Amino acid sequence: MNIKRREALKSGGGVTLLALIAAAGWAAPREALAADSWNKTAFDTKSMDETTKALGGTSPVPSKDITFFQTPDIAENGAVVPIGVTSAIPKTESIAILVEKNPNMLAAMFDIPAGTEPSISTRVKMGQSSNVYALVKADGKYYVASKEVKVTLGGCGG
Amino acid sequence: MADPMRIRANAVGDATEVKVLMNHEMETGLRKDAQGKVIPAWFIQNVTATHNGKNVLSAQWGPAVSKNPFLSFKFKGGTKGEKVQITWTDNKGDKRTDEATIA
Repeated sequence: MNIKRREALKSGGGVTLLALIAAAGWAAPREALAADSWNKTAFDTKSMDETTKALGGTSPVPSKDITFFQTPDIAENGAVVPIGVTSAIPKTESIAILVEKNPNMLAAMFDIPAGTEPSISTRVKMGQSSNVYALVKADGKYYVASKEVKVTLGGCGG
Repeated sequence: MADPMRIRANAVGDATEVKVLMNHEMETGLRKDAQGKVIPAWFIQNVTATHNGKNVLSAQWGPAVSKNPFLSFKFKGGTKGEKVQITWTDNKGDKRTDEATIA
């Protein structure tokens, strides 16, 4: 009973928020977002499906053309985990980095204009060992790849 | 005003490799201080990079990006002596722009 009530509250709250955002004109298409605005909806999401949806896509296709580089199998410090993503998919438009078990999945998203190589690297925080996803939008379609990163907290690699 | 960024831009073949190290707390809004009060979120939301007035990268970040964020990317074009500009904006509306010369 508790669970149901929470779900109801949650979804109720979500709807209100979405309505507010839509009313404020924030849920604009990607072209508008590329300017100096921040996709709050996407950064509030807690699952892969929600995030993809908030970014304007449908279920992403797993792809072997997305590769991780500089990304460790085991990260000793969860506060600084290097993540590098390269997409070999033609017409890559954006790359997003998602950490599955973080409070909010979406960590960062990058819009890649023509002329910039679809390869970026940055550092993210990870609360615990989890899968890291790279969500790539190319030619209007969404692709995804994942890599498991183990986080060892408070120790010398132990 | 926040501390300056450290930007390195190097010409590699016909492309330019840019590496940026920003100075920012990147507070998630989930941590608590010694008194148990939540430390408010404070993080970079938007990052844009321009070269000769042309946008070469724009990013939206959440609080999950590490403290003092690092960013590296490559774009085609750019010759030695030209400038690359990086701008970030955080959720408190603070803004900083720095530029580097391609070497």
